[in-house]
Amino acid sequence: MSRQTRWTDQKVEDIIGNLLRAGVILSALVVCVGAIVYLARHGQEPADYRIFRGEPSDLRHIDGIVRDAFACQGRGIIQLGLLLLIATPVARVAFSIFGFALEGDRMYAGFTLIVLAILLYSLLGSSLS
Amino acid sequence: MNVLEFTALVWTGSVIAGLLGSLTGLGGGVVLVPLLTLFFKVDIRYAVGASLVSVIATSSGAAAAYVKEGFSNIRIGMFLEIATTVGALLGAFLATRVSGSAIATIFGLVLLYSAYLAGRPRVRHAFDDVPDPLATRLKMNGSFPEAEGVRHYCPHRVPMGFSLMFGAGALSGLLGIGSGAVKVLAMDQAMRIPFKVSTTTSNFMIGVTAAASAGIYLSRGYIDPGLAMPVMLGVLTGSLVGTRILVKAETKSLRLVFSAIILLLGAQMLYNGLAGRI
Repeated sequence: MSRQTRWTDQKVEDIIGNLLRAGVILSALVVCVGAIVYLARHGQEPADYRIFRGEPSDLRHIDGIVRDAFACQGRGIIQLGLLLLIATPVARVAFSIFGFALEGDRMYAGFTLIVLAILLYSLLGSSLS
Repeated sequence: MNVLEFTALVWTGSVIAGLLGSLTGLGGGVVLVPLLTLFFKVDIRYAVGASLVSVIATSSGAAAAYVKEGFSNIRIGMFLEIATTVGALLGAFLATRVSGSAIATIFGLVLLYSAYLAGRPRVRHAFDDVPDPLATRLKMNGSFPEAEGVRHYCPHRVPMGFSLMFGAGALSGLLGIGSGAVKVLAMDQAMRIPFKVSTTTSNFMIGVTAAASAGIYLSRGYIDPGLAMPVMLGVLTGSLVGTRILVKAETKSLRLVFSAIILLLGAQMLYNGLAGRI
């Protein structure tokens, strides 16, 4: 029983709650920093989103975003913040696998693994290549 | 309009969308995309990308508060997320294949349906406590704290709920919305899960569903930092303020106003989509 009292659903959910909050706060802060840099440099330029051109390729892929962000480009820093935001639910799902495994619930650890695989396929499969 | 003015206006609009979305429980995404496309003349693909990002922010922010209260059912959520994430992948792939006008038309129809759902009084159904064999095998039966004590519930019709969730995921991926209304419909009406558990679990699922399509949106260049920044920060601010004042606000009349707005925006989107103007 001791294992069950240590890793109850409620405890796992508490940690997940904190993880989600931390992810959102961190990404919002990074986006704010990027916004300041971006607006200071490009604030006076005309804004035009009428025609879809698609983002330049460095803002579409994880390695390019990280490179642009560390080069202190406003748009790169914002995109890094958005990437952290997208990664937050992914981290939550990954932690849930750990939680279910600790509770000894193999069936749900399996279900969660399927969800994680789908998320990683979307995030890494399409944006790394 | 320069970037500074554009950012300030979009931020303000997003705060209002986030505020209304959280006060009425309908989510900010449904008004954001029409706001950006109809008033700011943003291409619908950029609008959908920015909206999707804000959906992840509000869902994760709100879920952080809900999971601690013990209403959401993490197992039901996780099992149904298999359906919503696969649906979201399909929806996001579809979004890159069809024209902007087609997306606008579908968006208009979804808005009209949401307005209908929001304006209609919620059908309360009797809960029976006979456990469903499949739900029991999937360990979905649960309980939640109520004023009179702990209440137990047993979900039903799991396959139907699962299929509806696939549809909710596809809509989310195609339109960049949380499609919380369809998720609640699947859990509350089809699976007979208590409303409070349905809404909080749905909120929990929205972020994961949106993350599944966000990767595809990102790699296709739909997520523009200059646009997504004021949208995400604005919606997040609005929804945080909304959850604080939720207890005091008169939500019934607010819901009516909001569904009227959705109805108008839906008609506009539908018209512009069919006329090929978006």
